[in-house]
Amino acid sequence: MKIVLVAEYRDGKLLGSVNELIAFAGKMAADSVMFLVGSESALPAYEGKLYLGDVGVCGEFNPEVHKALLLDVIAREQPDMIVFSHSSYGWDLAPRVAYALKAAQVSELVDVVDGALVVPVCNGKLRRNVQVKTGKTVVTLQAGAFGLAEAPTGTPAVEKITTVSAGRLEFGGYEAAEQGGVDLTKAEVIVSAGRGVGKPENVAMIAALAKALKGEYGASRPVVDSGWAEHKRQVGTTGQSVAPKLYVACGISGAIQHLAGMKKSEFIVAINTDKDAPIGEVADVLVVADLKQFVPLLTEKIQAL
Amino acid sequence: MKILVCIKQVPDMESKFKIAAGGTWYDPADLAWRMNEYDEYAVEQAVQLKEQVKEADLTVLCIGSERVKETMKKALAMGCDRGAHVADDNAAGKEPFEIAGIIAEYARDKQFDLIFTGMQSQDRGSAQVGVLVAEMLSLPCITTIVHFAYADGRIEVKRELEGGMKALIKAKTPTLVTCQLGLNTPRYPTLPNIMKAKKKELVSIPVQDLLKVEARQETAKMYFPEKKGGGLVLEGDVGQLADRLIQILKEKTGVLA
Ligand SMILES: Cc1cc2nc3c(=O)[nH]c(=O)nc-3n(C[C@H](O)[C@H](O)[C@H](O)COP(=O)(O)OP(=O)(O)OC[C@H]3O[C@@H](n4cnc5c(N)ncnc54)[C@H](O)[C@@H]3O)c2cc1C
Ligand SMILES: Nc1ncnc2c1ncn2[C@@H]1O[C@H](COP(=O)(O)O)[C@@H](O)[C@H]1O
Repeated sequence: MKIVLVAEYRDGKLLGSVNELIAFAGKMAADSVMFLVGSESALPAYEGKLYLGDVGVCGEFNPEVHKALLLDVIAREQPDMIVFSHSSYGWDLAPRVAYALKAAQVSELVDVVDGALVVPVCNGKLRRNVQVKTGKTVVTLQAGAFGLAEAPTGTPAVEKITTVSAGRLEFGGYEAAEQGGVDLTKAEVIVSAGRGVGKPENVAMIAALAKALKGEYGASRPVVDSGWAEHKRQVGTTGQSVAPKLYVACGISGAIQHLAGMKKSEFIVAINTDKDAPIGEVADVLVVADLKQFVPLLTEKIQAL
Repeated sequence: MKILVCIKQVPDMESKFKIAAGGTWYDPADLAWRMNEYDEYAVEQAVQLKEQVKEADLTVLCIGSERVKETMKKALAMGCDRGAHVADDNAAGKEPFEIAGIIAEYARDKQFDLIFTGMQSQDRGSAQVGVLVAEMLSLPCITTIVHFAYADGRIEVKRELEGGMKALIKAKTPTLVTCQLGLNTPRYPTLPNIMKAKKKELVSIPVQDLLKVEARQETAKMYFPEKKGGGLVLEGDVGQLADRLIQILKEKTGVLA
């Protein structure tokens, strides 16, 4: 089996997710080559051929041009599989490439078991095995699903590639994430509010528990999107990554994008009315309770210690 | 201006799921259904655009059984002008390439200036349909938008990247955008608008009229993930639960020391 790994480069840096692609190639025992629109000054540790498009010419965000470059590489290499990260770069580019190749795309792979491609359904509550009917397959890998025990080594054999195609989208630069406020990464205890808090007033309940535990309060994305907490407090892929001694998830279902930001915490407590909530997968203790009753009571008892 | 917004009806994710008889999908019985969360943002943005440009016609499209009409009515009550229901009792069994094929076939000769989709569906979560529709119609496509502005045949959007960083992108219409959580604040339909929506056009088109592509993948099996174990599940009286949790925190963590 032969596969093309599609590495990512953003804001002047090679992204670390390249190691997960390499781990995946290892798991599949596949021959691989790598594709990157990036720079010679930031090459991945990789023992193999690297097709390198110049980011100075092609741009960091220019999916139509990146597609054209990648399709050239695929035409030369004739791989069985093209592998992306399931990231803002990967889920954007993968379907474009799959469409051009008349290939099936399987999104957000979490495992490969006896050749079956395994993906999550319904926020991770279910899984399914996918059977592909096309010669070539495009896949995107769930962040963190394929890890390496140790960082890869090696120096790639670089072959530079160019294209004449131009894209129809105009990239106008980046805007940094909102700054200011708390620094969650420094807190030893984080108590986070999820949509299960129900209304903005109840965020205070979560903040009070955080205070009783001498920590900070965080939030899941819907709580931030609704304006009930500032973005600096958001935990997850599009917020902060935290690893406190204690993380208490209140009314948070445990979507992968939230888990990615907190699953390295030393001890995880979840408070949820749904016994089957996926947060249970990572929680050391799952308290099945209505947070509106449980959290104030717990806070009172802790204050009384 | 002609606008299309594509929505999917999905089960409430807090539902208790069961595997259906065939073993390849969840059982649709006894579930509460709602609009895919990402699509609520898509509908809201489409309605805001219509309100901004005034001269606009906004179609909401949904592929599914009779049941999905309930969700389409919500979109009509939010401000869509007409509904195109693609009647398909086996929409859940269709893979993203087929769903996109159906939407593209519907849209092909209708000259939409803007097409809005969600960035992903909550159940299947492939994040493919929008991009595939754009490819099939040769439209430029911008995914995962968290900000949208339109003026004079051009759009300016922000794409969300990891860590909360955003990329600023401009494009000319016609375009397709896929909408991310937090793009706007979806409105709640008001009672008068719910009444008005009942009179809006909602036509059903048989799926076989629009399905011209073949599936490229299928689900071999659906199942519950193995519980990773280790975790303690506490149930019962809240007072006792709080005492037990405090005991555990004392034993297992240093935070109450
Ligand atoms: C590209 C991308 C990036 C994302 N980035 C992030 C991110 O950085 N951070 C993030 O958090 N999400 C992120 N998300 C969103 C993520 O997929 C989920 O939608 C989100 O995490 C859900 O938040 P939640 O758990 O608070 O809400 P829900 O999923 O709605 O869960 C609410 C939970 O509360 C429980 N509940 C309800 N009432 C009560 C009660 N009274 N007491 C106790 N429990 C109760 C319910 O059982 C349920 O489990 C991202 C999504 C995408 C697509
Ligand atoms: N059955 C459907 N009917 C209409 N639109 C759909 C359907 N399924 C998916 N979509 C659209 O495609 C988007 C992405 O879905 P998916 O590729 O399944 O993650 C959704 O947010 C919807 O906008």
